[in-house]
Amino acid sequence: MEAEASYVKDTELRLGLPGTHAPAETRGSKRALPEDDEKSHGKSKARVVGWPPIQSYRKNSFRARKAEAEAAGSYVKVSMDGAPYLRKIDLRVYRGYKELREALEDMFGCFSLGEASGAEGCTGSEHAMAYEDKDGDLMLVGDVPWEMFISSCKRLRIMKGSEARGLG
Amino acid sequence: MVGGFRWAAMFPDEVWEHVFSFLPADADRNAAALVCRAWYRIERRSRWRVFVGNCYAVEPAAAVRRFPEVRAAAIKGKPHFADFNLVPSDWGGGAEAWVEAMAEGWPHLEELRLKRMVVSDDCLELIARCFKNFKVLSLVSCEGFSTAGLAAIAANCRNLRELDLHENEVEDNCLHWMSHFPESFASLVTLNIACLEGEVNVSVLERLIGRCPNLKTLRLNHSVPLERLVGLLHRVPQLVDLGTGKFAAQHHPELFSKLESAIAGCKNLKSLSGFWEAGPTYLPAIYSVCEGLTSLNLSYATLQGPELIKLISRCKNLQRLWVMDLIEDDGLIAVAASCKLLQELRVFPSDPYGAAQPISLTEHGLVAISAGCPMLHSVLYFCRQMTNAALLTVAKNCPNFTCFRLCIMEPHTPDYITRQPLDAGFSAIVESCKHLRRLSLSGLLTDLVFKSIGASANCLEMLSVAFAGDGDAGLHYILSGCKNLRKLEIRDCPFGDKPLLDNAAKLETMRSLWMSSCSVTLGACRQLARKMPLLNVEVINERKRGLPLELQPDNCPVEKLYIYRTVAGPRSDTPSCVWILR
Repeated sequence: MEAEASYVKDTELRLGLPGTHAPAETRGSKRALPEDDEKSHGKSKARVVGWPPIQSYRKNSFRARKAEAEAAGSYVKVSMDGAPYLRKIDLRVYRGYKELREALEDMFGCFSLGEASGAEGCTGSEHAMAYEDKDGDLMLVGDVPWEMFISSCKRLRIMKGSEARGLG
Repeated sequence: MVGGFRWAAMFPDEVWEHVFSFLPADADRNAAALVCRAWYRIERRSRWRVFVGNCYAVEPAAAVRRFPEVRAAAIKGKPHFADFNLVPSDWGGGAEAWVEAMAEGWPHLEELRLKRMVVSDDCLELIARCFKNFKVLSLVSCEGFSTAGLAAIAANCRNLRELDLHENEVEDNCLHWMSHFPESFASLVTLNIACLEGEVNVSVLERLIGRCPNLKTLRLNHSVPLERLVGLLHRVPQLVDLGTGKFAAQHHPELFSKLESAIAGCKNLKSLSGFWEAGPTYLPAIYSVCEGLTSLNLSYATLQGPELIKLISRCKNLQRLWVMDLIEDDGLIAVAASCKLLQELRVFPSDPYGAAQPISLTEHGLVAISAGCPMLHSVLYFCRQMTNAALLTVAKNCPNFTCFRLCIMEPHTPDYITRQPLDAGFSAIVESCKHLRRLSLSGLLTDLVFKSIGASANCLEMLSVAFAGDGDAGLHYILSGCKNLRKLEIRDCPFGDKPLLDNAAKLETMRSLWMSSCSVTLGACRQLARKMPLLNVEVINERKRGLPLELQPDNCPVEKLYIYRTVAGPRSDTPSCVWILR
């Protein structure tokens, strides 16, 4: 029993600076404050290695099947940093970058896309449109001809603020 | 005991051998071997089946020397977390040392089962050449070999009964490996090639299985088209276990009725798997055998809820069900109503990396199954939300769980209704399920859950922990409790040096401990290694920046740590990213 007490004292994690005393009730929930959880969901969904714990063999099966399914149509997912959910669009429906951007503004307008200016991919200083190509690389939208874009785009991502500036 | 053990000498050795043959478990034979020298001698000469849970726990030559009459060996290599790419690919687990020792000392070996090992074509060739009466080759989650190695097995193992390749990574460089089975070869009982990527010559396969009257298990790979399945099934109507190939084709009423009748012709079918790319079109072709099925693996089929429900509600005798989360809660409710004999359920995620996909598989499905299936004892469940209340209900409904693995896919997810950690729920599971042998935790968890586990989980042998706990106390509870713990694997938890050092002796009672992305320092590992000579303390550091490990200070953080008990001392095949501390 005493050994356990020594664990509690020595290793108690606190929210405040050393020396200050943090309220005991927050111990259980300090890592996931209720409101923040939902907001952080849309943000950087950085993939953790080996999580969820699915065997590589099974994962490879998914990837193969998904590739086949997606080759059949041109539906791609569109994510926007900060938005709680994604959308799916059929790229073949649009005739060019301008139409694509307008459609996305309609879809994500409520999350404020900002004003159009300059290069196709940059929507002012606030957002940049990027896409994930067949090789999994993140590319700026607008560099290649539209037809080439449709055939190589696997996923769209509307990036926010500071990350976007690096691409512009 | 009065008079020592002279009573043992009253019976000839053969009598004791016969007595020992009734001991079912290796643990019992191990215990018998400790009674006296005579029993040690008799037992070792009569043991014909050996299981090595960690290939580095003992020198191959020592094992072969001690048990000279072994006919069946099973060996495991890499730690379980290798399945999730947490172990460097060159870590080890090579099979050569074992195969060479066995070829030398066990020429009569008949069965070899390897799991998570690196098996080269040379190994397969050695097996094919050296074991004249070889009957069973089972490779699970292995890598390092190609179809050329399989060709050697096919060509040389005249009495082969089982070729069971389960989820291996096999290089495809010999298209016609199956043609290497001689025309006279007819002894197959099990052929599982589901994991092979390449094309299979179906005509050769047809001829092969056509001459094997004892074939009971046939699992094809996804390259075998549905049209050819018909012909294959006609040749093996005695099949008990079928893994289909690709289960999709253009809609042809003729193909459908042929398939339907071919499957109906297999009157002994108990297990179905495969179903790659299965769609609603051809699924009804298997309806006729559903009532007899005890095992159904649909985990590679992206069938939707309604089709799944139509199929599974016909499977009244199902004992094992593996399925994708596309079945959703409604589907599981239907399963709970139809499959009263269900013992094992595994629900896999169809979209593990997608965010906010509207798949309605929640805690309700799990609760429904727990309520409707009284014989349920093994669960693997991937979902995105859970409540303590649901877990409490499940615990109450299913006190007979032997294996409970819950994976809530987002780390640190609390009870979504109360926002509390899931301590209470998992505690209820370990307190209610007194026979629980395997447990995987997930969700938001504090040290409290570990307190319950340490105190209540007396049968627990394997525990998997990720993104949980507050500090050292959590790990201390586990290591100071859980008296039957054999394997502990931990990732991304704030556990540090103190509980490891305080419970060093416990580590010798376990097979292995894996810790990655925790708070362990090099100094503690050094101390542990010095204190416990019967442990290999492996520090794995893949990033290789700065000084080599010998020169790093004690406070250097350890990325990955693998500790296992061994009588073989430090292994000699470590790659550059692995240091064994002494």
